[in-house]
Amino acid sequence: MDITGRKLFVRALQEEGVDTIFGYPGGMVTDLMDELYKQEGIRLVLPRHEQALIHEAEGYARATGKIGVCLVTSGPGATNTVTGLADAHYDSIPLVCFTGQVPLNLIGNDAFQEVDIVGMARNITKYCVTVRERKELGKIIKMAFHIASTGRPGPVLIDLPKNIQTEMGDAQYPEKVVIRGYKPYESVHVGQLKKAYKILKSAEKPLILAGGGIHISGAQEALLYFVEKMKVPVVTTVMGKGALPAQHPYYIGNCGMHGRYAANMAVSRCDVLFSIGTRFNDRITGDLNEFAPNAKIVHIDIDTASISRNVVVDVPIVADAGLALEKLNEWAEPKKTKKWMEEIRAWEEENPLTMRRDKGMTPQMIMEGINQSFEEVTLVTDVGQHQMWASQYLEYGGKKQFITSGGLGTMGFGFPAAIGAKIGNPEKPVVCITGDGGFQMNMQEMATAVAEGTPVIICLLNNQYLGMVRQMQQLFYGKRYEATCLRKRNTCPADCKGPGEACPPYVPDFMAFAKAYNAHGIRVERQEEILPALREAKGYTDAPTIIEFIISSDELVLPMVKGGNPMSEMILK
Amino acid sequence: MKNRWIALYVENQVGVLAKVSGLFSAKSYNLQSLTVGTTEDESVSRMTICVTSDDITFEQIKKQLNRMVEVIKVIDLTNVPLHMKEILFAKVLNCTTAEKEEVFQIAQVFNVQVADIGTDSVLLECKLTERRNNELIALLRSKYKRIEIVRGGAVAIESISTSCR
Repeated sequence: MDITGRKLFVRALQEEGVDTIFGYPGGMVTDLMDELYKQEGIRLVLPRHEQALIHEAEGYARATGKIGVCLVTSGPGATNTVTGLADAHYDSIPLVCFTGQVPLNLIGNDAFQEVDIVGMARNITKYCVTVRERKELGKIIKMAFHIASTGRPGPVLIDLPKNIQTEMGDAQYPEKVVIRGYKPYESVHVGQLKKAYKILKSAEKPLILAGGGIHISGAQEALLYFVEKMKVPVVTTVMGKGALPAQHPYYIGNCGMHGRYAANMAVSRCDVLFSIGTRFNDRITGDLNEFAPNAKIVHIDIDTASISRNVVVDVPIVADAGLALEKLNEWAEPKKTKKWMEEIRAWEEENPLTMRRDKGMTPQMIMEGINQSFEEVTLVTDVGQHQMWASQYLEYGGKKQFITSGGLGTMGFGFPAAIGAKIGNPEKPVVCITGDGGFQMNMQEMATAVAEGTPVIICLLNNQYLGMVRQMQQLFYGKRYEATCLRKRNTCPADCKGPGEACPPYVPDFMAFAKAYNAHGIRVERQEEILPALREAKGYTDAPTIIEFIISSDELVLPMVKGGNPMSEMILK
Repeated sequence: MKNRWIALYVENQVGVLAKVSGLFSAKSYNLQSLTVGTTEDESVSRMTICVTSDDITFEQIKKQLNRMVEVIKVIDLTNVPLHMKEILFAKVLNCTTAEKEEVFQIAQVFNVQVADIGTDSVLLECKLTERRNNELIALLRSKYKRIEIVRGGAVAIESISTSCR
């Protein structure tokens, strides 16, 4: 018996085991919304903006390992998801995003709310397609879920013209689909892997660089076994944070632009760099000519195109991180790395990662407070200084998951992603570390969080500035703070060099904001208030809590490597 | 940096050409020519692509193409014996009778057809290699004031192996 496209849409979601969908209505998805009304089992979350919607789906996907599903209308609904698609594309987050579209016969007419979203999304999705025939619908949805979640995961967009949604057609949702141009790697080349292992085995100063691929592949335990067996030290990228538990003796820290001194020195001095699941982004490598200059480089990644793109590698291996590590673990034997570890420890002692403790509350103290307050937690950040402090001072690994916007660096990501993470894992506490700039980019989502009953704890570090850019202005642009002061009004002097007595009051008042949404607000200005505030916030289970930490505008993210400089040239003070 | 050739089998679907060509602009790859047409299997199109790049970039281009869902197969034709032709029409305008004579001679030397002729113009139809077409254009440009060129981009196919003859 034939059914409508809208019925098949819901059937497909059910067959795929979708339990949550992030949707915003509009003229071209009313049929699909109506069909969702008639079913049970799929929860529809209504955000307040489509950009936040897709970040929520990203947070949900990262926290659960499932595919995040979005449903938005045509035109502005679709274009508002573009940032999130790009973000998910960079950070390999599996999403399936349905966009409504005007009926096929109106496409090209500049119809009301018509945009060529497939044309716009082509470069920022793993796959995107307009459904042009009702009989293709089931196959395309099946393809989308398959492509999004296999190989290197990523976002897939399906553009669904209105007439396809109502047209009758095949009721069957295919069980599997064969795509002749899409064959993700499901095995590992043992010969290459053996070669890589031999190189690692013969190294005197071996180093493992672990990226976000470890998390995507769920290879944390395999990595832990490998590291403990071989006794090789590990550095991580920002996305790889937590691949090894923070306190592990072989874990050095993050490398890269705001990495630990010891970690960057280790990269610069190692003789074998054994990298797994990383893209060698410019924030990791700095000046490519000076990156790991003495090292033979092994690169394991699921994405062929990530290998030998930014750095030339000696042993390329296309494989899933977990699969490769399991194979390596069959061979792993202890190495003598005591001397090398001592060298690394000496760098750490020379320049430990720490902030001043003499006057007032520092970001480090806030991060330490969060470390102490939670045994099990999902830690979600926005983008900026607080993100880097969170990557430096928060402890990850084990039951502490880290979710951040790594590749695209999307301000406004943090709060909605935290809501999505909480929706995916309601039992697990979710802390969103954010800044006053990034939070304001999607703070309308407080309504979503309250409505959906997601009591996330928002740790808002308020320094009254767009701090990361301000930091560059302070260090490299003669303290000309153009467009970074969030207190600035049009009555302020043009040559302002920083905050003072005469400054206008900060807007918004985040405590009043919390109150307006029936959420909780706590303002923290002193170190001794940090732990009590977090304790109080944990007690609120009905609605989110904003803890506004008032911090100094002068706090910098250090150490730092200026963009394009070698990683061994760190600004430490 | 040198010219390299790729034969690309893709799904014959709306948007695939835009996706492939979009890759070259998005990643700043230097695309020289791209032709496309359906194959013996109507659901498949074959593209002949010429790019100018160094070795590392070329490897990256092949990988980027390969990971597109719509791309079925990437064949590197750079160092493969192949047959390659490009269609080119060259119109020479404002010629004197003597100049027309000369164009005829050039046509003979380059082994191309005279497709049409007017009182003061000649139309040449050429199926040469891209390089030979470049040479012909250079020659016409150096000799005549007004020429009009339209060219189609090269298509290429692997030669039949000697063992199969």
